[in-house]
Amino acid sequence: MKFGILILEGPYQHESSDSAYHFTKAALEKGHEVLRVFFYQDGVINSTKLMEPQQDDRHIQRRWSELQEKYDLDYVVCVAAAKRRGINDDVIGPGFKIGGLGMLTEVAIEADRVVQFGA
Amino acid sequence: MGEEEKAEKLMIVFRKAPYGSIYSFEGLENVLIMGAYDQDISILFIDDGVYAIKSDMDTEATGIKNFSPTFRALEAYDIEKLYIDRESLESRGLSVDDLVIKPKVIEADEVEKLMEEQKNFFMF
Repeated sequence: MKFGILILEGPYQHESSDSAYHFTKAALEKGHEVLRVFFYQDGVINSTKLMEPQQDDRHIQRRWSELQEKYDLDYVVCVAAAKRRGINDDVIGPGFKIGGLGMLTEVAIEADRVVQFGA
Repeated sequence: MGEEEKAEKLMIVFRKAPYGSIYSFEGLENVLIMGAYDQDISILFIDDGVYAIKSDMDTEATGIKNFSPTFRALEAYDIEKLYIDRESLESRGLSVDDLVIKPKVIEADEVEKLMEEQKNFFMF
């Protein structure tokens, strides 16, 4: 199965981002393809390397970056949503890139299933 | 447009009230971008999402832009498959005359059928 992942919620406040991570990781481990992970709305905040959670907690950005590196995944942070929330190339962690909303449409066309987390 | 051979069926569902959060506004931004891709797009308003297209909204005191009239731009994007859930509309004391656009009023079983037909959909 070819999946697209859409994340609408920010880190820590909601569990959506954690669920998206676990789903993406599990799908890849089962041999499915993940065409793109698209970060939209408050979801863009998952990309900032400026987050600094307590040491005994998960580091949400770093965890996404590590997964990206392991599977060479395509992470797109929506530019319009990012600009509103102070997210830009200077603050995004490794493996994330900023791109247009059209890249969400592309994945909706190409993926067998887009799985949305949040809203 | 939208009926071409390779067009995919994609749906955007508005189900949240327009001004208590940004889901609806950014959902509309997404629709306007999707409209440029010549796909077979349907839009559904359901639950509190019906308020997104309520006419005569006055948001001035909140400092938030009234974006409901922007839904009228959907026509210019050839997005003509617009639907609204009857129960959501009527249980809020509204009718299509109260809306900035005129979506087709459908029943819950038609909502289900429409969703099943889609390749993918987004909810805002």
